[in-house]
Amino acid sequence: MTNIWTKLRAQPWIWSFIAMIAVWLATIAFTGGQGAGEILTAALSFATFTIIIGLGQMMVITTGPGNVDLSIPATITLAGVVATKVMDTDNARLLIGILAALGASFVVGLFNYGLIRLLRIPPIIATLSSSFLILSTAISYGRGIRIKPPPMLADFATTRILGVPLLAIFVLALSIGIALLIKRTLYGRTVLAIGQNPRAARLAGLNVDLTRFATYLLSALLAGVTGIVLSGFSGGAALNMGEGFLLASIAVVVIGGTSVAGGRANVPGIWGAALFIYLLDTMLNTFGASAGIRLIMTGVIIIAVITIAGGDRQQR
Amino acid sequence: MTGLMSDILESAVTLTAIEKSFGAVRALAGVDLLLKPGECLGLVGHNGAGKSTLMHVLAGTLKPDQGRLVIGTQDVSRQYSASNASAHGIRCVFQELSLCPNLTLAENVRIVHRALKGIGWKAKARRLIGEKLDEIFPGHGIDVDQEAGDLNIGQRQMAEIARAFTVTDEPLRVVILDEPTSSLDAVTARQLLTFMRQEVARGTSTILISHLLGDVLDYCDRIAVMKDGKVVAEKEAQNFTRHSLVAAMGATAEKAGPGTTARRRISSALTIEATPLTATQTGKLSVRKGEIVGLAGLAGHGQTRMLIQIFDGARKHSAAFIAGDRQSDGVFNLWSIGENVTVSALRHLRKGPLIRPEHEHNMARNWKQRIGIRTPDMNNNILTLSGGNQQKALFARALGSKADIVLMDDPMRGVDIGTKLEVYEMIRAEAEAGRSFVWYTTEIDELKHCDRAYIFRNGAIVAELQGDELSEDKVLHASFAESA
Repeated sequence: MTNIWTKLRAQPWIWSFIAMIAVWLATIAFTGGQGAGEILTAALSFATFTIIIGLGQMMVITTGPGNVDLSIPATITLAGVVATKVMDTDNARLLIGILAALGASFVVGLFNYGLIRLLRIPPIIATLSSSFLILSTAISYGRGIRIKPPPMLADFATTRILGVPLLAIFVLALSIGIALLIKRTLYGRTVLAIGQNPRAARLAGLNVDLTRFATYLLSALLAGVTGIVLSGFSGGAALNMGEGFLLASIAVVVIGGTSVAGGRANVPGIWGAALFIYLLDTMLNTFGASAGIRLIMTGVIIIAVITIAGGDRQQR
Repeated sequence: MTGLMSDILESAVTLTAIEKSFGAVRALAGVDLLLKPGECLGLVGHNGAGKSTLMHVLAGTLKPDQGRLVIGTQDVSRQYSASNASAHGIRCVFQELSLCPNLTLAENVRIVHRALKGIGWKAKARRLIGEKLDEIFPGHGIDVDQEAGDLNIGQRQMAEIARAFTVTDEPLRVVILDEPTSSLDAVTARQLLTFMRQEVARGTSTILISHLLGDVLDYCDRIAVMKDGKVVAEKEAQNFTRHSLVAAMGATAEKAGPGTTARRRISSALTIEATPLTATQTGKLSVRKGEIVGLAGLAGHGQTRMLIQIFDGARKHSAAFIAGDRQSDGVFNLWSIGENVTVSALRHLRKGPLIRPEHEHNMARNWKQRIGIRTPDMNNNILTLSGGNQQKALFARALGSKADIVLMDDPMRGVDIGTKLEVYEMIRAEAEAGRSFVWYTTEIDELKHCDRAYIFRNGAIVAELQGDELSEDKVLHASFAESA
C-alpha cells in the first residue's frame, strides 16, 4: 500500500487529481451529497474544451522556454465563426464547415510559426499580435451575428451516454492519441528533446524546425476543434467565446505537472487540472461566495496546488 | 618589519594530503604540494592527472574530500570557498574562461573587486584593467568598453589574465594560470611569460600549468609532476630535462608509437569536401570513406565550427555528432541513459509510425555491454552517470546511428584512459568497416590514431599533415606558423 502511494506521489499529475477530488468532496459535503453526479457530468462537459486546448498548449510549452501560444482564444473564435457561418445551420454542410474551420486554424498556425521563424519574433509576442489579426478577421467575417449550429453538431456536443458526455469520450480518445504521439513517435520524442536542449537535439540529428512548426500547427488545429465543438455546445459562435481560455490553457498545463521549462509533458495532468479548475468554480459558487471572493480564492488555491506539486518535484 | 620577514620565510600555500573523488573516479589521491612566496611552480602531467582538479581545490571552487589547506600561516581547510579565496589573495585563470559575455571588460573587473564602488567606479575599473593590459600585453588593441562576448577567444584569455593580476584592496598572493597560453599566439604568450617572471620577482607566487614543456622548463623555478592524482616528482626546474619530465609524467604518451595500428593511406571515394567558411585564406578539407581525419591546432581556432559546418552540410541523417561539451551539446538531462543512447536511431526502431519499446530496450542493453556504461539500469536518469560514462553514452548514440560520417568534437574529456583505449579500438574497427571519422582533438597524442590531420589557426586550415608527420613538434609548429 505504501509502495503504491510512493509510486503515485512520484507522478506529477497526481496533485491535480487530489485537488480535484478534494474540491468535489468539499462541494458535495456542503450540499449534503445532493447533485454529486450532476456536478461531475457538468464538469466533464465544460472541462473538455479546456482539455483540448490544454493539450495543444502543453505541446507548445514542452518545446522549451519562451514557447507559448497566446493566439488560442482568437483561434477558437475564428474557427467557431467560420464553422457556423459555412455550415449555415445545414446538416449537409457539416463536413465542409469543419474543413473550412480547420483550414482557417491551419493558416493561423502557419502564420504564427512564420512570425516566429522567419521574422524571429519571440513566440509570446508573435502569437499575441497575431491573435489581434485573427480576432479582427473573425469579427469582419462574422459581422457579430450569432448563427445557430446545425442540429447534428449541437447533438454531438451535448449528447450524453449514461451520464457521460459523448464529447468527453471523444476527448479521451484524443488524449490517448496525444499521449501516444509524445511517447511513441519520433515527432513526440523530438518535442521532448527540443524542450530540454534544442542545440543537442539538432546535433543528435533531430529535425528541430519542422517539429516546432508542427507543434504550433497542432496547437492551432486543436484550438480550431475547440471552436467547432464549443459553437455546437453553446448554440452558436460568439465573438467572446474564446474569453477565459487563455489563462485556462496555461493553468491546466502548469497545474497538470507539465514542466514550464520544457521537455516534460503530462497528459493525465491536463484532465485533472481542467476538472479541478471547473469544480473549484462550482464549489465557490455553491458556497455562495461573491464574485470578488471567488476570484481571490481561485487565485490562492491554484497557487497553493502548484506550490505543493512543484515543491515535491524539487525534493526528488 | 618582523611580520614581513616571517611571511617571506613561510610558504605561500601548503596543501597536505588532498583527496577528491568524483563517483568512482579518484581525481586526487592524497596530494602534498608547497608553494613558496615569490616562486613560479610549474605543474605538468597528462590530461586527467588531476592538475585542474587540484587547482580548483586551491581556488575554492571544489571542496576536497580530505586534506588540509594552509594559506600563509592560516589553516583555512574548514571555511574555504571560492568567495573568500580572493580575500586570501588567491586568483586564478582557468581553462574555461569565466568573463561574463554580456558585460564590458571594466564591468567584469568590478565583479571580482568589491572595492570598486561609489561614484566613478567605472572609470576606476576601466583604468585598472586598461593599465594592466598595457603592462602585460603592450599593443594588445583591446577596448575595455567592449563586451566580453564580442572579443575573440585569444582576447578573452588576455583580458582574463590581466584581470587576475589587478589589485585593489585585497592582497595578491598566488595566481594560478591553467593553460594560459592555449589561445594565445606565440608573441602574446611570450609577453605573458615575461610579465609572469617580473611579477614573481616582486614576490607574487604563480602556478603555471602547461602542456608546452619548453615553457615550463624555461620559466618556472620548480616543477611538480602529477600522475594519477598524485605528485610523483618535484624538483628545481634546472634538474629536469625535457626527457626526464616526459619520463616522470608516465609512459602512456610516448610508448604509443609502435603499439598503435599502422596508419593507412586511404584512396577510397571522397565522402566530404569542405572549406571553412570562417576564413578567406584557407586550405580545403577532404575525407575519404573509411578514413579517420584529425582536426588539430590550438583550442578554439575554428575546429568545432568546421565540424558543425560539415554536420549541417551533410545529407540528412548521414552524419552523427559526438559532443565534447556534453552539457550544452549532448546530454538530455531529463531522460534516461537508454533514451539518450537511442535518440539518434529512433527512426530505425519503429514499426509503422510507432517506436517499439522492446527494440529500444535491446539497443540500450546492447550498447551498455559494448561500450561498458557503468550503471545497474539503463532506465536510470543520465545524470546518475559520471562525466566519462555520460560521454560513453554519447559515443553509443553516434555509433549506434546509421550515419556514415561521425564528427567528434574533442570527445574524450572526462573519459578515463582504459575506456579511451577501448574507444580508439572501436573507432578503428568502425573505420575499417567503412565509416568516416572527423576528429577534433586538443590532445596531440590522439592524433596518433588518425590517418591524416588538418591544423587550424584562426578559423583557417593552415596545414595538412600525413600520418607519419604527426608529431608534437610538427603540429605545434604548424599551429603557430605566422601564415599558411
